[in-house]
Amino acid sequence: MEFLQEWGLTLAIFLPLVGVAVMMAFPKSDEATHKVIALATSLVVAAIGVLLLFDFDFDRADEMQWAVSHDWIDIIRTQYSIGIDGMSLPLLLLTMLITPLVIIYSWNHFPEPHNPKAFLMLILVLHAGMIGTFVARDLVLFFVFFEVVLLPMFFMIAVWGGEDRRYASLKFFLYTLFGSALMLVSFLALFFLAGGETFSITGLADAVVENGVSRNAQLWVFGGMLLGFGVKVPMFPFHTWLPDAHTQAPTQGSVILAAVLLKLGTYGFVRIAIPILPEAAVAWAPWIGLLAVIGIIYGALGCLAQTDMKRLIAFSSVAHMGYVMLGIATLTDWGINAAVFGMVAHGLITGMLFFVAGSVKERYHTLEIKRLGGLLVQAPRMGWILGFISMASLGLPGLAGFWGEFPAILAAYNPANGLPVGLFRVYMVIAALGTVLAAGYLLWLLQRTAMGEPSEEFANDPHITDTNREEWLAWSPLLVLILVFGLVPGLIFNVTDDAVDANLSDCLSAGDLDSSVKGSFDIGLCEREGIDEALAQLNVAIAGDEG
Amino acid sequence: MSAAVLAQVVPFERPPIDWHAVAPELILLGFGALLTLIDAVYLERGRKFTSALAGIGLLAALVPVVTLAIDGNDRYMFNDAYVVDNFALVMKAMFLLSGYVVVLLSTNYISEGDYWENEYYGMLISSVLGMIVMASARDLITIFVALELLSIPAYLMATWRKRDLKSNEAGLKYYLMGVFASAVMLYGMSLLYGVTGTTILADMGEVLNTGESTSVVSLAIVFVIAGFAFKVSAVPFHTWAPDTYEGAPTPVTAFLAVASKAAGFVALVQLVFVGFWGRGDVYEPLMWVLAAASMTVGNLVALRQTNMVRMMAYSGIASAGYIMAPLAVAGVSGDVADEALRAVVTYLVIYAAMNLGVFAVILGIARKTKSAEISSYAGLFQYAPGLTVVMTVFLMALAGIPPFGGWWAKFVVFRALVNADTTMGYSLAVIAAVNSVIALYYYLSVLRTMWADEAPDGDVTPIRIPASLVGALGLTALATMAFGVYPKLVDTVADVSLLVGAGG
Repeated sequence: MEFLQEWGLTLAIFLPLVGVAVMMAFPKSDEATHKVIALATSLVVAAIGVLLLFDFDFDRADEMQWAVSHDWIDIIRTQYSIGIDGMSLPLLLLTMLITPLVIIYSWNHFPEPHNPKAFLMLILVLHAGMIGTFVARDLVLFFVFFEVVLLPMFFMIAVWGGEDRRYASLKFFLYTLFGSALMLVSFLALFFLAGGETFSITGLADAVVENGVSRNAQLWVFGGMLLGFGVKVPMFPFHTWLPDAHTQAPTQGSVILAAVLLKLGTYGFVRIAIPILPEAAVAWAPWIGLLAVIGIIYGALGCLAQTDMKRLIAFSSVAHMGYVMLGIATLTDWGINAAVFGMVAHGLITGMLFFVAGSVKERYHTLEIKRLGGLLVQAPRMGWILGFISMASLGLPGLAGFWGEFPAILAAYNPANGLPVGLFRVYMVIAALGTVLAAGYLLWLLQRTAMGEPSEEFANDPHITDTNREEWLAWSPLLVLILVFGLVPGLIFNVTDDAVDANLSDCLSAGDLDSSVKGSFDIGLCEREGIDEALAQLNVAIAGDEG
Repeated sequence: MSAAVLAQVVPFERPPIDWHAVAPELILLGFGALLTLIDAVYLERGRKFTSALAGIGLLAALVPVVTLAIDGNDRYMFNDAYVVDNFALVMKAMFLLSGYVVVLLSTNYISEGDYWENEYYGMLISSVLGMIVMASARDLITIFVALELLSIPAYLMATWRKRDLKSNEAGLKYYLMGVFASAVMLYGMSLLYGVTGTTILADMGEVLNTGESTSVVSLAIVFVIAGFAFKVSAVPFHTWAPDTYEGAPTPVTAFLAVASKAAGFVALVQLVFVGFWGRGDVYEPLMWVLAAASMTVGNLVALRQTNMVRMMAYSGIASAGYIMAPLAVAGVSGDVADEALRAVVTYLVIYAAMNLGVFAVILGIARKTKSAEISSYAGLFQYAPGLTVVMTVFLMALAGIPPFGGWWAKFVVFRALVNADTTMGYSLAVIAAVNSVIALYYYLSVLRTMWADEAPDGDVTPIRIPASLVGALGLTALATMAFGVYPKLVDTVADVSLLVGAGG
């Protein structure tokens, strides 16, 4: 296992690129070979993920494991520094799961203009970028991988997208790039303010304290990161690229975008922005919370106004990521654990929703809600799947979606000290109202598309078949996980809890903070037992319900 | 009688020459002469080998550059008028390699167009010779001679498509503007000589740095810098560039856009860092204005272009602004100056790789479409995916998206500007940042056309790319990627300093 310790993560990042290089050697017409190579590559990467899972020391989930550090660009003291802890592990595994599933789904479903070679190559490049972002421990490395993800997605939308793809792809690219430019400026400012010694995330957190970076400067730097990560999440009001990108992207693009890319933003908050600049995080948190609840309500209302199924799902993403951001904004152990869970749950559920939307589109050649209907009659299994994930998405207890939303809402009841309690309780009420709206639009969607009789134009359409083999292969792991994580949320919470704790309380206690923030350790960040107990109680409660 | 007069004159004594140090120049000179001889002796039959011979000559000249670099000693000749130091060697290597890539780009273009091959490569080699002399020139007269040696063949090469009106226009415009710039510069140089009594830059620097500020000195510095601003096509001296670039044969355009521009910068940094360094009060504001104007005007006008070569001309003007930007803070302190110089060198090296790459792709596409209109690039992804992908690499590198080379070039410029910790530095960094986003838009629209649009007339027959062009594409793409993924490569070579006796 020593070889894996040293090389495992590096292999996971670069194997997809090796796959791309191998695919270059085969002509475009040799489609079967390309599919096999791409799938094999992604499966090998997934296998590394499985090994990782077995080798991961869960008792030390708060530490960086499989850590590797090598000099990269001496002159700016940036290192090729990678590693994973309990916070990145779930997201890394999610990425490693989603990509092979997307490739399996693609098998006979390549969108126009076809060209599997280029399409799969882009997916693999994307894969490398996503994995790299989740394992990077150095800001420059993080930034590079963060950007690597942009181009393949741009081309995926621009080439394989729908009618309006030119507009959507450019909007996607410019929005994200605008954000990441500001993010880069923040990183650089941070580097220089903190003495110009290191770009390592933990190193910077210490250096910020040692060099006594002024509060004002911290606030500005955090603001830059807020924009950079916030565009990616996306937070209201930077979300407008998302519905366009999702609607125009091919199914595979939408799935990856929803399941993984959006998480890069929220992950940035919990991995970079808050641990390095805790003081600024406390100052910004009420505003982040505000934007989060606006996002929840606005996203939900947006959903109710949509006529297109994919666009509706896109807006529901805005709402769901609002819960994640609300959890983060509370700056509590609870809230951030919920946020990481919410990221994984949203990845599974919304990824699934886009898969189903893609399959519906393929059969009906439209996603206009008013023309659809009777899916349960024409394709009963797919109809039931849609029902199942709608329930998961609206946060039904016992399915994964619940554990992202409910603890986040609860955490807002008692935010970290230094945050305005009253305000966050208002947020809590608003967010809770948002779940009602979520039930509303999802049930409405289900009712209009799955129930009733098929409309006349599709009633006797022989193309409308039930779930086929590739779809089952690609979907069943997601469906099973949605159920498993719903029933045993501890699978994720136990992994993330220590890491969240270490990442957030370490930096706060190391900081030279005013007493009000220090006080928060009593009820906020260091409350490990709290969450364990609460989880136990909730588990009992659910078991009771089910019993 | 004449014998008597001669006897009174001090007998000429050849100054000591370090043959190793001038070996690259001599080799190029030899190959240039050889090419001319082959033309004279074999006439048309010589055409078969000229391009190969030119390529070999350029690579052969690289050998002594490498041995000199391994040797590592700075060599001074002719009373310090000719210096071979790290800076000179890095730039020489860059000129020779760029020249080699230009030969690769030219091979098919020139022979298929039935242009005068032997003369063409002779011109190319003498122009490169001028450039590598420029890299060592630390004396006003040597600089001027090098400048003319590199410019005059370039004027001719711009008109190489003799029967094409646009090519004639290109050459004539370039020539008139170039001569005008030379005149302005010469006037400035004569003033400098008058004030300081020397043409050696290092000596001149000492006089200027300690002497009091007079309007004559300021005027002279402004004139000299303005002259080179023409050469590097900085706003407001840029007007020749788009027409010349569009009209000249495309390989020549690549040569002008990369090597000739870099030569202008080499002269400029030598003047600034060795000669004028202490007079930051004069050149810093000037550089600030030139850099800010070049970036902004270049990028904004590039947005409106429909022709790829013209777009690249404006993008080149904007790049000149980026390269010039660190010079606007060079006078702050010795450390900042060193960092500014490194930023300039880094940018020049990376820029050479990515920009030559773009022109290689333009040439490749033009083999089929016979056009450089951006609209003719539509649907390229369907029939030339390889070219599309490398073009993506080059354009994204120019836009500064990691992990392609350009991001590091932009990064060092930003770092130099921010590190200076002056208002001028910060304000220029902000202008450069805004411009990076503007630039992204037009690069991205080209890519979008190539990837997403339908091919005009549905013509999707593949493009046949000759071997030499493949070589050029491979070299430039490899370099662009390598610089981006592992910037240490370019960092090692860019570790240079020019501050002799200026208190660096």
